[in-house]
Amino acid sequence: MRLSKFDFHAPKTISEAIELLQSKGPDARLMAGGTDLLMKMKHGAVKPPCLISLKSVPGLNAIRFDESAGLTIGATALLSEVAEHPDILRHYPTVAQAARATANVQVRNMGTVVGNLCNASPAADNPPIHMAMRAVVLIEGPGGKRELPLDEFFRGPGVTALLPAEIVTGLRVPRMPVNAGTAYHSLSARGKLDCNAVGAAVMLTLKGKICEDVRLFISACGPTPLRGRKAEEMVRGKELTEEIAAKAGAEAAEESLPITDLRASADYRTEMVAVLTRRVLKEACQMALTSQPA
Amino acid sequence: MKHVITLNVNGDPYTVSVDPSQTLNEVLREELNLTGVKLGCGSGDCGACTVLMDGRAVSSCLTLAVEAEGKDILTVEGLAPSGEKLHVIQEEFIDKGAIQCGFCTAGMEMSALHLLNKNPSPTETEIREALSGNLCRCTGYAKIVEAISSAAQRMNDASERNQ
Ligand SMILES: Cc1cc2nc3c(=O)[nH]c(=O)nc-3n(C[C@H](O)[C@H](O)[C@H](O)COP(=O)(O)OP(=O)(O)OC[C@H]3O[C@@H](n4cnc5c(N)ncnc54)[C@H](O)[C@@H]3O)c2cc1C
Ligand code: FES
Ligand code: FES
Repeated sequence: MRLSKFDFHAPKTISEAIELLQSKGPDARLMAGGTDLLMKMKHGAVKPPCLISLKSVPGLNAIRFDESAGLTIGATALLSEVAEHPDILRHYPTVAQAARATANVQVRNMGTVVGNLCNASPAADNPPIHMAMRAVVLIEGPGGKRELPLDEFFRGPGVTALLPAEIVTGLRVPRMPVNAGTAYHSLSARGKLDCNAVGAAVMLTLKGKICEDVRLFISACGPTPLRGRKAEEMVRGKELTEEIAAKAGAEAAEESLPITDLRASADYRTEMVAVLTRRVLKEACQMALTSQPA
Repeated sequence: MKHVITLNVNGDPYTVSVDPSQTLNEVLREELNLTGVKLGCGSGDCGACTVLMDGRAVSSCLTLAVEAEGKDILTVEGLAPSGEKLHVIQEEFIDKGAIQCGFCTAGMEMSALHLLNKNPSPTETEIREALSGNLCRCTGYAKIVEAISSAAQRMNDASERNQ
């Protein structure tokens, strides 16, 4: 499996990278870790004449945490760096957990969280929790800078809202509200190495025992990660009892659009959406309860 | 267009002219003749090609050689630079019977080193997690885990003696 020939560029600034994208034509590809892109090239699925690596842009790998602004994950920050970062482990434990659930040690030492998002696989591990936590995509392109909520970023398998020659420079994740909890669970047939058959992530905010706000996202059960709006309605304004959690699971299963493929059957996926939804809701609720002042 | 890159492999500086489409695995094996680095799946799944790049375990089959410019690479050949005295990890792999056909061994040992550098006293679960990207078709893993665990112990004992 040799790679076919291509030109390689390693610009030192984002504006240089944007100019290269404009001048090299629509088939040129950006590369962060290359763990998705090089695999697609090895399989002959894409044959870009030109690769533009982002790794030489200084500071683009930065991970920053600020008490008010929240977390910023730079475009070339590695999955392993996000999984192990002390501020992320402390303030965004589920973000760290999702990064850690991605692939294996070696791939996490090469691949990035932003690359995982830009690849726009509906089964990817990182999108659901970031969508639940209201992450915002930081974009730079020929028209300047713009920001887009992550839940508006995915348009279909492998398709994002990026315009030609636009680059994602990073991801901003707001601080978790007080009394909030988060959780992410996924299932795959062969443990970590395999793509997910189903995933569910949630952020839930409590007032006393009442669930004030909730954002639930299901992955690998549609062309993009899907929001479980009816399941959220089932939970909002109520105490999360076993019964409510089970009803929410049933709603989420109803809302999901799974297909049968080599990873799982549609029937299995539908049942597992219900199970994982129940699980993440209860886990996030537990986290929110323990974070409340007594 | 070829790119001239300079990289440091097992402590020695090399300057090589590489095509962007060459992987680090191809350059290590074919240009530098470091055939201890294996090529299994070529797709990031098996770990046979694992090397340390600036101290991090990476799959050399999914790393472009041009991106190794200026980096420190450690391959299994660098574990026993004299060619005679083996690294503790290698000795334990032999003693514990953790090698059968040997195809996975170099990658396993590099992953083990990456783990022990970060976490000198790993639990069995931590060892198994650290090997999640390394497949072995022969041993059933039990002896590999044992070997890494006793290598950890020996390395810790040695560093205590040195203090
Ligand atoms: C063995 C193996 C196991 C894997 N297991 C998992 C898994 O369990 N879960 C999972 O979710 N994924 C998995 N993956 C997929 C992959 O590793 C991840 O998606 C990874 O996070 C991609 O990041 P990258 O930096 O390597 O992206 P790249 O391959 O560099 O890029 C991916 C895509 O995004 C585009 N892109 C990258 N950065 C930007 C940017 N800043 N702006 C605009 N576009 C950009 C690229 O052009 C490309 O199309 C696995 C891959 C391998 C090889
Ligand atoms: S050869 Fe690189 S991971 Fe299998
Ligand atoms: S010893 Fe044969 S693959 Fe591991």
